[in-house]
Amino acid sequence: MKKTKIIKNIIIDVDKCNGCRACEVICSSFHAMPKYSNNNPERSRIRVIHEPLRDVYVPIYAGEYAVAECAGRDKYIIDGKEYDECAFCRASCPSRDLFKEPDSGLPLKCDMCEGEDEPLCVKWCLAEALIYEEREVEIEEDEEAPDEIAIGLESLANKHGMEKVIDTIAQLSKTLKS
Amino acid sequence: MEIDLSRGNIEKVATDPRDTELYLGGLGTNAKILWDRVPPEVEPFSPENLLIFGAGLLCGTPATGCNRTIVSTISPQTKLLAFSMMGGFWAPELKYAGYDKVVLRGKSPELVYLWIHDDKVEIRDAAHLRGKGAIETAELIKAELNEPKAQVAAIGMAGENRVFYASVEQGRSSASRGGIGAVMGDKGLKAIVVRGTKDLNVAQPAEYMELCNEVLEYIKHREDNPIPGVMPILAGLGSPQEMKVHDEKWHTENFMWGNSRERKRDFWNDEVAKEWTETMEKARTRLISCFNCPMKCGATISMPGLPTYMMKCFTKLTYTMGAFSDLDFGLRIAQKATEYGVDGFSAPQVMAFALELLENGILTDEDFPEMPEDSEGRFFYLLDKIVRREGIGDILADGTHWAAERIGKGAAAYAHNNIKKTEQLPLKLSMLNPVYFLMYATGEKMNITQIEGQFPQAPFATKEEREAFVSDWIQVPDEKFKQYLLDWEFRGENSNPYYPTVQMSCDIVDWQETMHYIDDALGQCAGLSSFPLKPPYHIHNYPKFISAGAGIEMDEEKLKQAAKRYRTLVRALNTRRGMRRKDEKPPANHWKKRFPELEEELLDTYYKFKGWNKEGIPTIESLHELGLGYVSDDFIERGILVEGEEDFPQEVSAATEES
Ligand code: SF4
Ligand code: SF4
Ligand code: SF4
Repeated sequence: MKKTKIIKNIIIDVDKCNGCRACEVICSSFHAMPKYSNNNPERSRIRVIHEPLRDVYVPIYAGEYAVAECAGRDKYIIDGKEYDECAFCRASCPSRDLFKEPDSGLPLKCDMCEGEDEPLCVKWCLAEALIYEEREVEIEEDEEAPDEIAIGLESLANKHGMEKVIDTIAQLSKTLKS
Repeated sequence: MEIDLSRGNIEKVATDPRDTELYLGGLGTNAKILWDRVPPEVEPFSPENLLIFGAGLLCGTPATGCNRTIVSTISPQTKLLAFSMMGGFWAPELKYAGYDKVVLRGKSPELVYLWIHDDKVEIRDAAHLRGKGAIETAELIKAELNEPKAQVAAIGMAGENRVFYASVEQGRSSASRGGIGAVMGDKGLKAIVVRGTKDLNVAQPAEYMELCNEVLEYIKHREDNPIPGVMPILAGLGSPQEMKVHDEKWHTENFMWGNSRERKRDFWNDEVAKEWTETMEKARTRLISCFNCPMKCGATISMPGLPTYMMKCFTKLTYTMGAFSDLDFGLRIAQKATEYGVDGFSAPQVMAFALELLENGILTDEDFPEMPEDSEGRFFYLLDKIVRREGIGDILADGTHWAAERIGKGAAAYAHNNIKKTEQLPLKLSMLNPVYFLMYATGEKMNITQIEGQFPQAPFATKEEREAFVSDWIQVPDEKFKQYLLDWEFRGENSNPYYPTVQMSCDIVDWQETMHYIDDALGQCAGLSSFPLKPPYHIHNYPKFISAGAGIEMDEEKLKQAAKRYRTLVRALNTRRGMRRKDEKPPANHWKKRFPELEEELLDTYYKFKGWNKEGIPTIESLHELGLGYVSDDFIERGILVEGEEDFPQEVSAATEES
């Protein structure tokens, strides 16, 4: 049996971004407690990396939390324009100060403005650099999203062998209990 | 926050909530500090002069376009209060760092910069930045601090060398008028660098957000519905869209070229249009906005072989027209001028003035050793001389008024486009417009664009157009303004200069000016408020913004009264520094058709309306009414006012309509 699922998509047109940071203002304001009681771009789940003199404008969304930085880094050159290291990465990662609560250091992640009709950063971006789109896709009924831990363990097992992983877990469980 | 640059002292002082209630913030509280602490004997280049960078009351909140830094000091050019506003990103960053103002006093013996990072504030050595361009400085500082997100307000060489019209530059924006960059240079301060990562609260979150959303909706509505029947640059919102618009017929044919002298009536043709459009399109990498604003009034400009810089507004044409040249030249020299940090209105006029003096034998070739022959080359030559104060440049660096005085030999006649010693937009018109007469004469912001805006500049041709215009004119503070416009004609009885009538003119000027003063206290960009027709912010929603944003109980009357209070305080500061009626004069040649009697009547009536006496000095009574008794006491003590001898006993006057 097939069923459908909504994919929420934000299209980012960097050519249209004017660097105004309205998206940062509204995002941090929406997520303030209580709602709209303050704003602080530092807490925003979208940040605009912009360097006007080099014409670099990259609105970037907070994605997954990364415990450790990548083993290697990437650096893009597009149309002769050199972007910063990791410029397009969404991770809240120890290697950079993006997407962390300023006081607690806890990671931030875009939640597509849960509860709102449309993402507020999109609504506030009158430049139309951010466009929201919903797409329906068909998925297999039994294609349950696999458990995150399972994915992690599987990748560890592939890398180090199943036995090693089981041993380590057993050991860890002892140290953590005591 | 207070910085004593002489001693290297940093002091954090809490903002007094009572002053906030009375003077709001930004310009209002800047003026209060300057009144309290800078007596009239203090010279602009004295350690006692204060230089204040004030973020407006609501800067950094989600209110679209609320990002102005209001920089105030005593101007070397006018010796009066200078207050210049800059957009961009600096004021919100200061708010996120937890401050409303940076008040600077004293003089640093060495060139330094100030680094504000939340609670950490440091004065750092800037010796290695001496002579560096303003934009270059910002980049160097961000790199050495490893703080790419820091916001930098810096001066260039012009500020360091105290050029009287030196600006403070901040990326895409600048505070240019009145020579505040010179005061900054005199204080030995190369830059103020800010980085803030704190929360900025609003008092009533849900209400405030609703107001902000309404404003956004209205901006969209206005973007989709430009005003018909007015020039394209007046039809939309924002600062004049000079970076976007290619059609410069209006400016090039109506504004004056050279030293505000020559009108070129048939200048704009297809060939020029094509060439200038190409120049702009090649140079312009992107249209850019200030903090939290969709209007994109600025642009990044890259001219071949020159470093990239950012530009906005009319600087696009001031050098071009001053030098009788083309846009390619204008954009090239503006790159240098931005790095040097000079005011784009004054600088080209000063240079054109110098060349006129040469042409007329008042200055001679000896004053300009090795100057190139061509006009463009001469402008580059003069700019370099001025910012270094070399040779004749040292004299020209004082602006047309003071330069003429130093040169003598009739040079004053060539400094012909000044009001209160400040170079104005190069405009020369035919028929006196009573509203503009009053704005030019009495404005203390020294720039017409900083007073005008809410009322159309000219009547609409037909009744239908007028009716259409007033049909959704929600911004008027009073219904009577609609009637003023409906009855205003091009010709006949109801036309300039006798219509709008003296009384109406007072009302219209007062409304327009009040809106600008409110913007300057709140930190709102005039481009979304007091400058364009039918803006999203106006007297009816502003009180709600202040209540919900700053938690100050506010209504229209109270807001008008507050604006009147600090507007009067601005006047009082200048009165105390010697400004009088004789100084309130548009350039003699601004209009060809002048009406001396009417002009006197306009001034008399307007002064009275404002609560000022015949000399333009606020009266004892009006000062007390505004809670400015301390100003009145000071005036009496100094003999500026004598009790019982005021020019206007406050009989029933126009003012009663107002408050
Ligand atoms: S609101 Fe839009 S234009 Fe403004 S910075 Fe964000 S993405 Fe860019
Ligand atoms: S979608 Fe919502 S949560 Fe995500 S970045 Fe935009 S405003 Fe923030
Ligand atoms: S209207 Fe223009 S100048 Fe004003 S804040 Fe917006 S972008 Fe800046």
